[in-house]
Amino acid sequence: MKALTSSRGLTFLPANAIQQVLAFGALIGLVIVFSLASPNFLQFNNMVGILLSTAVNGVLALGVTFVIITGGIDLSIGTVMSFAAVMAGVSITYWGLPVAVGVLVGLLAGGLAGCVNGLVIAKLRIPPFIATLGMLNVAKGLALVISGLKPVYFNDTPSFNQIAMGSVLGAVISGFEIPNAVLLLFVAAIVASLILNRTVLGRYTFAIGSNEEAARLSGVDVDRWKIAVYTLTGLFSGLAGVLIASRLNSAQPALGQGYELDAIAAAVIGGTSLSGGEGSIVGTIIGAFIISVLTNGLRIMSVPQEWQTVITGVIVVVAVYLDLVRRRK
Amino acid sequence: MQQPLVLMEGIEKSFPGVQALRDGRFELRPGEVHALCGENGAGKSTLMKILAGIYPKDAGRILLQGKEASLPNPRAAMRQGISIVHQELNLMPHLTVAQNIFIGREPRRAGIFLDEPALNARAQALFERTNIRLDPRVRVGELTIARQQMVEIAKALSFNTRVLIMDEPTAALTETEIADLFALIRQLRAAGTGIVHISHRLEELQQIADRVTVMRDGQYVDTLPIREATLQRIITMMVGRTIFETRPELPEGGAGEPLLEARGISRGRQLHNLSFTLRRGEILGIAGLIGAGRTELARAVFGADSVDSGTILIHGKPAQIRSPNDAVRQGIGYLSEDRKHFGLALGLDVETNLALAAYGRFMGPLGTVRNGAIRSNGERHVRDLAIKTPNLAQRVRFLSGGNQQKVVIGKWLTADTEILIFDEPTRGIDVGAKAEIYKLMNELAQSGKGIIMISSELPEILRMSHRILVMCEGRITGELRSDEATQERIMALATQREAVI
Repeated sequence: MKALTSSRGLTFLPANAIQQVLAFGALIGLVIVFSLASPNFLQFNNMVGILLSTAVNGVLALGVTFVIITGGIDLSIGTVMSFAAVMAGVSITYWGLPVAVGVLVGLLAGGLAGCVNGLVIAKLRIPPFIATLGMLNVAKGLALVISGLKPVYFNDTPSFNQIAMGSVLGAVISGFEIPNAVLLLFVAAIVASLILNRTVLGRYTFAIGSNEEAARLSGVDVDRWKIAVYTLTGLFSGLAGVLIASRLNSAQPALGQGYELDAIAAAVIGGTSLSGGEGSIVGTIIGAFIISVLTNGLRIMSVPQEWQTVITGVIVVVAVYLDLVRRRK
Repeated sequence: MQQPLVLMEGIEKSFPGVQALRDGRFELRPGEVHALCGENGAGKSTLMKILAGIYPKDAGRILLQGKEASLPNPRAAMRQGISIVHQELNLMPHLTVAQNIFIGREPRRAGIFLDEPALNARAQALFERTNIRLDPRVRVGELTIARQQMVEIAKALSFNTRVLIMDEPTAALTETEIADLFALIRQLRAAGTGIVHISHRLEELQQIADRVTVMRDGQYVDTLPIREATLQRIITMMVGRTIFETRPELPEGGAGEPLLEARGISRGRQLHNLSFTLRRGEILGIAGLIGAGRTELARAVFGADSVDSGTILIHGKPAQIRSPNDAVRQGIGYLSEDRKHFGLALGLDVETNLALAAYGRFMGPLGTVRNGAIRSNGERHVRDLAIKTPNLAQRVRFLSGGNQQKVVIGKWLTADTEILIFDEPTRGIDVGAKAEIYKLMNELAQSGKGIIMISSELPEILRMSHRILVMCEGRITGELRSDEATQERIMALATQREAVI
């Protein structure tokens, strides 16, 4: 029997609350350290930069949190993101479809890739690691094929760029020019949190991760719900694809690979257990911010890019180790 | 004559390598508690899992209230009023009590949103109706095993259950908890529910059962009303004649010098200050209920888990055992209850498995492997242990359970092991092969090995051991010589809980 935390009887207080508190403490600690180290860190523009850079990774991490809670993994989210971006770009720029339709195409492309992942995992019984590793390459290849190996620009449709880079908040409150991408991240997080904690899909996500066989024996159609969970993760990757294309004003077919690891790291730092059954949206968002703050702060302190990568790697391992130590007690 | 709720006839079921059921029969009437008895491996659980829609049957028919029923999956069985409380708890530890009970049937709003207050209220109502004392909002992983069992029962009752199957419901319960459970069962029986009670604790059948059906080796033996079913008669039906054949197998001697001494072994909340001695040439049985800490003790001695305190002496000298590697070097071999996961490399062939615990010996210069030596070692053990395999290159996966167990034994013999820890040595093994394993264990003891045997099967413990240690909740609650041990004395010690202050 797995050791569990001491939060008794309070369903609104998730069991991984301790990990969340630790992660939040770490985030605050990082902000304090970097603001002492550099006067530029706390500047409004830098803060906006951090928020903006969290948006794409954050949305991917929200999606992957669901599959990790089921005890699975999705390695394809990064390249599915660029596949979705390319699909949106091709629809809008080459086929001349309206921007709204193009966005929808992008989302559905992500959802479709996720659905295929779910089918392969649930019906063919291929382990998630392998199935999504396959999809990683399929999506990467398709993005290159469909785009003709070159970026797709949205120069004729300036409204597309506004999706991520416009500022609805700035229009309402002058001077509060926070890009829509950030707003969308928080909306996506609220939606994800509702799905995870308030819907049947969320309940079965936990149930499958906690004891898949028990869920099956209780009459839960585990295959169907797994497909739904992977599809949901794909939809989040599609949203990330639209956001990154909008932010760069172009769909870059070769961009996505590597994003999946940052997203998985964000979820894990936030207390989502790779063995399944535990995790939260709040934790994942905190985890995503820890990674962004770290990257941004180290850059401001002129730590070379390659060392930033090394440090991020160490942080992930330390976070998982601390979680293990906590569980062992 | 009332029409039976359930009638099962001619049920057959086989699993790869084992024919679990040859002629399964069962009849359940409304408002009765029907006990199903038999040794481990007699096919009780398999028969009931077929009734609960968990396994498909290979042959035979099932009538529910006279009509032929189709039970393709657990859901279908539940819809037809059949619920099962599993022996191994099937709960989701990360979810709350209420969430577990109503998994798959949550009250919803707008089709997709969960109505958590309604869920908890429904669970509360269920508990009040059935006199079960549980908090719907506690996470199941935080409950004791006994409380988790109550959650399973509540879950089964939450369906409109006409047939309630309980697979060893009392195995992990205290006396008061059993009394509560029986009160609940009587209440259900009065309401017309048919209850199947699978139990190893024969003495409790007199308290609760109306009829008893006995199974042996996957076959129906007989059904008796409880007033005719004396303990002796049930046991005789369960074991057939084998009990008289196996009695003389009890090994002689057992008073050699100490091979292994454990002193004050403690580990967290699992093991409390355990001390015992294993002598050359003896079989030391360790009995206890599920969760008593028997496997934990074996793993601690073997170095698979760390200990907080305590020392181990091998041949009278203190030994540092911090890892299984240390233990093997000290001459200890551990035969896990889960052979397939921990004992064997299933995808490798017989001769490689036999060499696996002493591979260093089969290594030539520069780390090359001496295949000839591995082959001759394999030939020797296949002959000595009478392992039934077409050839040495057969993958272990394709051997029967009994022969797989022999390969594990051969593996430890190859490593010159003097101390063998058998954890549930005959689990999942056919009755015929069991006798061979017992014989082998006796021969090993007589040849001067020391054997620790952990077993949940009391007949096995009683037949095989020179001495029996009984554990309860991480403590050794008693030690019995083979001539003074009875099922009743062992059970009394196994349930001797420490008063909780």
